[in-house]
Amino acid sequence: MTLQIESRTPALDDAGHPVEELVLNVGPSHPSTHGVGRMIVHLDGDVVVKVTPVIGYLHRGIEKMAENRTYLQIVPLTDRLDYVGSMYANWAYCRAVERLAGIRVPERAEYLRVIVCELQRIASHMMSIGSSAADTGAFSMFIYTFDVREGVVELFENLCGSRLTYNYVRPGGVSKDVPEGWTDDVLAFTGSLGPRLDELDRLFFGNTITRGRLKGVGVLSPEDAVAWGASGPAVRGSGVNWDLRQHRAYSVYPRMEFDVVVGERGDAYDRARVRLLECYESAKIIEQCIAQMRAGAIMTEGLPRLLAPPVGEAYDHIESARGSLGVYLVSDGSERPYRMKVRSPAFCNLALLPLLAVGHTLPDLVVILGSLDPVFGEVDR
Amino acid sequence: MTGFEQLQTRLAELSPKLYPLFSEEFGDAVIGVERSQLIETAEELRALGFDRLGMVTAIDRQEWFTLVYRVASRSLSAAVFLKTRVPREDAHLDSLCGVWPAANWQEREVFDLFGIVFDGHPDLRRILLPEDWVGYPLRKDYEDDRIIRRPDYI
Amino acid sequence: MNGFVWGLIVGLAAGLLIAIAALIGVWWERKVAAKIQMRLGPQEAGPAGLLQTLADTIKLVLKEDITPNQADEPIFRFAPFLVFVPCAAALAVVPFATGWAPFNIASSALFFLAVPALSVIGILLAGWSSRNTYASIGGVRGAAQMISYELPRTLSVLSLCLLAGSISTVGIRDAWRWWWIPLTAVGFLVYFIASIAELNRGPFDLPEAESELVAGYFADYSGIRWAIFMMVEYGGMVAASLFGAALFFGGGLGLPGALGAVVFVILACTLATVMIWVKWTFPRMRPDQLMGLAWKVLTPMALVQLLVVGAVIAWL
Repeated sequence: MTLQIESRTPALDDAGHPVEELVLNVGPSHPSTHGVGRMIVHLDGDVVVKVTPVIGYLHRGIEKMAENRTYLQIVPLTDRLDYVGSMYANWAYCRAVERLAGIRVPERAEYLRVIVCELQRIASHMMSIGSSAADTGAFSMFIYTFDVREGVVELFENLCGSRLTYNYVRPGGVSKDVPEGWTDDVLAFTGSLGPRLDELDRLFFGNTITRGRLKGVGVLSPEDAVAWGASGPAVRGSGVNWDLRQHRAYSVYPRMEFDVVVGERGDAYDRARVRLLECYESAKIIEQCIAQMRAGAIMTEGLPRLLAPPVGEAYDHIESARGSLGVYLVSDGSERPYRMKVRSPAFCNLALLPLLAVGHTLPDLVVILGSLDPVFGEVDR
Repeated sequence: MTGFEQLQTRLAELSPKLYPLFSEEFGDAVIGVERSQLIETAEELRALGFDRLGMVTAIDRQEWFTLVYRVASRSLSAAVFLKTRVPREDAHLDSLCGVWPAANWQEREVFDLFGIVFDGHPDLRRILLPEDWVGYPLRKDYEDDRIIRRPDYI
Repeated sequence: MNGFVWGLIVGLAAGLLIAIAALIGVWWERKVAAKIQMRLGPQEAGPAGLLQTLADTIKLVLKEDITPNQADEPIFRFAPFLVFVPCAAALAVVPFATGWAPFNIASSALFFLAVPALSVIGILLAGWSSRNTYASIGGVRGAAQMISYELPRTLSVLSLCLLAGSISTVGIRDAWRWWWIPLTAVGFLVYFIASIAELNRGPFDLPEAESELVAGYFADYSGIRWAIFMMVEYGGMVAASLFGAALFFGGGLGLPGALGAVVFVILACTLATVMIWVKWTFPRMRPDQLMGLAWKVLTPMALVQLLVVGAVIAWL
């Protein structure tokens, strides 16, 4: 596929000399595009004048595939949407199915869903902060955050056998109950999380060079954030106090006590820091869940294997690590959905990039892309 | 009063013109409009305080396409589905980019996958598929040799 | 001995020294980085992975020598050597022992500071001849950075020259006194930071920023030509550490004979290790912040150091 890109016609600068833009292709195969993202950057010297993101390199047609699969078979497909956060991608889809079919999920399953979702949020944020740090050159930070993520991934491996794509949250509940001693392991993990996060905070966010790189870069105003349909930490960094877990509390979140972390200036530093501080809140939520969880069923009784919801449409959303992840399902009464649409937060957040990057330099562009935290599985579907 | 009824009454108080178009489907408030009234209704909603466009999508219903817009409002604590219909042979309608900037990429995606043209869109071109792709995959009559049909037995 | 023959021998020895320095330097860097990152580093090749770099070098030598189609071939092939030779030449004036350096000329400190500046041309040419946007951006950034940081580096060494009354490295090392350490501490800091920037290392490696420019000015180099750039980096690191240890710490801290030599080597290794440590801890600085640091922070610091030294000498 060839894209016809031309440097815009040579103009004359103030002294009357011809000036031409440099068109740089930050290609799909690049260490810091967070996956397969491509940006066509028009540079005036070292300053970015225009950025055109080109996406679709990971488009697999998941929405089309979903039309030819049963409701249960679609769950592994949702794993691969936001592959850094499979648990909550599963959950958003399952909530839409449950709404469509009128299924009530048992309480223990809801608690388990919240626990795994918050653990997944910690893992996802660690990945995001780590790769942002690697983009700015602090490679050791990448390793440290992945060490924290390793703790989560090991817990998931003990729980459902998988390290990346879990297929755990199913319509009607969850697929397996927790193994013996798993909740103690989780509590040990969350207990050790606080000091480790403090250390990461001091190491990366306290560093003068990091501050110089991240502060004041990619400032997003709250009005723009809302107008462009963005959500999640990218928007909370600008001071917009909006978190679906508190303001549209679903599942067992109404029973949890936690703070919504909000930034001030809306630059890359605040967005990244919001992600770090959210991990503390997630640890709090997990501990409360484990304290409140009681024995019980983990899957709705009497659910047919071939789920065939009545004719209709339903939409449900959750707060994922990237923002408001929603699934819109249309049913025609059969066991396969007529239409599945995934409202992907990373896709909507990425639309902010051309707006934020103008006027910054090339290294800042990389930092801004990292702060928007795109995962291209979700952007492209 | 259910949440839906509360929403209905509040919206009725704020704008009597929108109320008669309401219908309830699965607990989400839905407004259905004709294609020609789309921009007007969108601007009304925007003025009421629905400042977040979350999702734009389309459903292929054989003779027509249904366009679904989900708009939300923090201040009103409400979300509403705005639906409209577009005939298959004449699949174009007004772009809502002027009302909500968030519509930009979302409408490009609908154009890319369904072939619905949005008049007035600043930059309508394919977003997920390559520029030289032929056809609109999410349409029900999309033919492609490379698609593997899964067997009907489960 | 005939000067020319001696020069030839010294040149070959310097080349060899750089090769060995790169060998051990790369191994040590990987071990130190691994330690910082909670992993193990090279393990398999040789005892404790010591032969890892040798294995890598053999692999690199066996690679195909690729010149990109659109590159300017003669310059593309020549540029690595233009970067390498001045840095190798700088090693010739380091005072390895009291009163002795391979090339003991009257202005050897100036030689050490000025001759590696020629490699800036090599970097520019390497980036330019690759005919690749990333490479040319990297080359230009590298050139600007290296030129900027030469000033604080030279000024900091100048304060030592004032104290010693000579601009010969051997002369400075011989004239060293222990109280120079607290007196020139600021100058040493400036020299250290400026050296890291000169080598395109650590927080100042934007020209070769792996995560943005994908190796910048040497992006299109592969095989042994790329290895030459790497050898320049490690050879330069060794040269800067040796020079710093010799001048700012008087070689073996003024200790005699073998003990002095051992202390000298340990000091140089410590400096090199700190350079590695700094690289793996800090993020990278942006080009404008980098230039700002050179011109607005380090140069004034070096000038203040000069003032202080001047005052002390006048008082002495």
